[in-house]
Amino acid sequence: MQEYEPIIGMEVHAELLTESKMFCGCTAEFGGEPNTRCCPVCLGLPGSLPVINVKAVQYVVKAALALNCSITPNSIFHRKNYFYPDLPKGYQISQYGDTPIGQHGWVQITVNGATKKIAIRRVHLEEDTGKLLHVEGDRSHIDYNRGGVPLMEIVTQNPPPPGLDQIQSAEEAKEYLVRLRAILTYIGVNDGKLEEGSLRCEPNISLRPVGQIEFGVKTELKNLNSFRAVLRGIEYELERQEKVLLKGGKIVHETRRWDDVRGATASMRSKEFEQEYRYFPEPDLTPLRFDAQWVEEQRKALPELPDQRKRRFIEELGIPEYDAEILTDSRPMAEFFEEAVKLSADAKSVSNWMMGDLLRLLNATGTEMEQSKLTPSHLTEMLNLIGKGTISGKIAKTVFEEMFGTGRRASEIVEKLGLTQITDESELIPIINQVLDENPRIVQDVLGGKDKSLAFLVGQTMRYTKGRANPPLVNRLLRERLESRR
Amino acid sequence: MDLAGLTVKAAHELLKSRQVTSRELTEAVLRRIESVDDKTKAYVTVTSDIALRQADAADKRIASGDAAPLTGIPIAIKDNMCTRGVLTTCSSRILYNYKPVYDATVVERLAAVNAVMVGKTNLDEFAMGSSTENSGFFASRNPWDTEKAPGGSSGGSASAVAADECLAALGSDTGGSIRQPASFCGVTGMKPTYGRVSRYGLVAFASSLDQIGPITKDVTDTALLLNVISGKDPRDSTSLDVPVPDYTKSLAPDVKGIKIGVPKELFGMGTAPEVASAVWDAVKLLAGLGAEWKETSTPSVEYGLPVYYIIAPSEASSNLARYDGVRYGLRSKDSPDPITMLMKTREEGFGAEVKQRIMIGTYALSAGYYDAYYLKAQKVRTLLRRDIERAFEEFDVLVTPTSPTVAFGLGERVDDPLAMKLSDVCTIPANLAGIPAISVPCGFHNGLPIGLQIMAPGLGEEIALRVAYAFEQNTDYHKQKPNL
Repeated sequence: MQEYEPIIGMEVHAELLTESKMFCGCTAEFGGEPNTRCCPVCLGLPGSLPVINVKAVQYVVKAALALNCSITPNSIFHRKNYFYPDLPKGYQISQYGDTPIGQHGWVQITVNGATKKIAIRRVHLEEDTGKLLHVEGDRSHIDYNRGGVPLMEIVTQNPPPPGLDQIQSAEEAKEYLVRLRAILTYIGVNDGKLEEGSLRCEPNISLRPVGQIEFGVKTELKNLNSFRAVLRGIEYELERQEKVLLKGGKIVHETRRWDDVRGATASMRSKEFEQEYRYFPEPDLTPLRFDAQWVEEQRKALPELPDQRKRRFIEELGIPEYDAEILTDSRPMAEFFEEAVKLSADAKSVSNWMMGDLLRLLNATGTEMEQSKLTPSHLTEMLNLIGKGTISGKIAKTVFEEMFGTGRRASEIVEKLGLTQITDESELIPIINQVLDENPRIVQDVLGGKDKSLAFLVGQTMRYTKGRANPPLVNRLLRERLESRR
Repeated sequence: MDLAGLTVKAAHELLKSRQVTSRELTEAVLRRIESVDDKTKAYVTVTSDIALRQADAADKRIASGDAAPLTGIPIAIKDNMCTRGVLTTCSSRILYNYKPVYDATVVERLAAVNAVMVGKTNLDEFAMGSSTENSGFFASRNPWDTEKAPGGSSGGSASAVAADECLAALGSDTGGSIRQPASFCGVTGMKPTYGRVSRYGLVAFASSLDQIGPITKDVTDTALLLNVISGKDPRDSTSLDVPVPDYTKSLAPDVKGIKIGVPKELFGMGTAPEVASAVWDAVKLLAGLGAEWKETSTPSVEYGLPVYYIIAPSEASSNLARYDGVRYGLRSKDSPDPITMLMKTREEGFGAEVKQRIMIGTYALSAGYYDAYYLKAQKVRTLLRRDIERAFEEFDVLVTPTSPTVAFGLGERVDDPLAMKLSDVCTIPANLAGIPAISVPCGFHNGLPIGLQIMAPGLGEEIALRVAYAFEQNTDYHKQKPNL
């Protein structure tokens, strides 16, 4: 049977965290009553002219540098012409051809222990469109608040240049997006919110027979609003395409929409006919000229990036690579970790709690790290209580969950719920005597050499103490009491 | 006294010395419009109420002892410059009801010195044309002979100035749209250096060529208007951040040692003998005043017309995409869906000339043709600019006819688009090169004015003004008035 291999290209749009829009002074903030955050420029009123937001340009330069791109010394804007009611000028100001702000970069990903450098073709700047709101009946309304918000587009390169790689699985595509998001949020140019659409990803997907050089016909996926959707959407599309091809069918060049509820993609519109955008240089704007020294200053001013941080976690803090990768996937996560390590010094146990219970609770409750009530000092205080023997590791799990849910301190929870570990022998001995009295047959078994049955007696003791008894102490006392009954 | 017939300078003297009020001056202009505009058809909108209100405000300012040169002066604005709350139609049906929410920068600057806006003048739809016959509403007429075209696209402004329906006007010039109508109507018109005057609020035709400039009764008034409208505007990225000199300082009737180049190519293409001889007479007159002249060759200007008719429509096809019926202006009724509405709106709203240029531009920018047309045109534009820059290494100014002929008859060239477009052959190079150029009257033929064009290097407005002023001070063509 014919075997196929996937080729995946990623087109990512990231809204920039600038205060004002790309070509005017209107606020770029999300929301607002429809059409209240507009002016003659972003509404494209006759006679209005765009003026470049320098901050947005600087953000894209920073992002391009963080993505290992070179900066185009003479970068120009183009008009992308097409008609649509949400596009008030009848063209979008974008960057076309070989003069985007950044070119020829890469993002490093690690999937199943294998590391790849995913090639990036271009990083460019453009303006967002308005939003069509479909209301009842056959009417539509348009909200231009989003129109003109600065948008950065990052496109991968397939096939990649020598030394770099391309994305070839859904898992790699997701990981690429995770690392890209990490980089953009680290340098503070984007908030990384896939759900709100401030970071949008449109993969294009194709299959080719193994051994063939030319790419197959691709489809483009839209509406992937979470990492899970990226993973499921691409996996679905790869399977769908394979089925079509194996049946001898043909893939149609089209845009398909992922339906998260149905777990399937459906055709949105055909791309059989190449759109004619009539790109040409925007005559209302002058070219961006980047001074090499200024670019160097921007490079030097970059904060520590996820990969650098990951290496530091591995080398200086002795964290396993897999953990370090996950801990650096998001800036708030990495900062939580560093803060906690600073407070407690035991990096490994901080990492264990974060990788285990914290991630589980964040996922289960759908909470973002930065919204969590849990602070690094919550965690380190709890680790101290474990260290001092005040609570057991098992009880700590309950405490952790309570801290996560309520934001209360560990000591407060331990006291309020009476979770302090019992370490006083005189308190435990009556309970142990009771357990032994109630289980004469087990006692005989243990004394007869069946050591395994001791665990049952330990369990019973923990049950009576609601898990608060110090396990090593229970063990010792049980053995002593048993001896006395021999 | 014939107040409406005054120059800006003369009126300013009377206002300043309190012999006349701005209200009297404005009322005189409004009366003049009342009596002759049905012959010239210069205005799309007369803003009498606003004008009188602004005149009263100007009179208060003058009474306080603060009379700037344009304070209280009735000025007309071409109807492609945005005026807040006042119809700005571009003489197009697609904007028949459009009232902008903001003032163009030039309008703001005139308001800041308390100039008086008397109205909005007619133009070829979206400034596309050379006769004002392409107006979506009506054709304007030449005050010297109302059966003749006033030129275009700023035909309304030129006609209004020539007919004393204002003291001065603003026009816009993309391929000659200030200078050619100024020439046809026997007045002075200047296209400044690209970027000298802000385009913010000028409804775009071809963004890399459009420039606003004055149309006035003499060179002094051009300098006075230029002083007010020039300068860097943070809202226009292409406006130049270069200090604005006092242009009246260059008004010295002295051209001794000035080197004049006469590009022979611009006399070749359909130049009428009477026009050529008037321009040569002008050159000789300047030589008599001490200027040196020489014939020169700038071969690439011959490609000006074809290059212009690729670049301008290309930019226009994109600039005019926003007129879709969605947000403002005309909206075609009873369409089943937005795309049909958009197509019907544009079909009903645009005139034939505009549609033709949109189609040419759309074609020239299309993927398969971009390199052969748009890109090639841009390369030739660069060569042409270099040729002209090279000429300015040798000469201070270049002198040509403004238009190859005097005003043609209304309707005469409507069916001959090539002849119509040839009337811009001498003016287009200045737009492509981004340099300043002024047109001043230099003679008459059969009672119709002839225009002399003086081009100067980029930001060389002062030298162009100086040569124009010297010529004007030694002739009286500019003092002649049409009989209406």
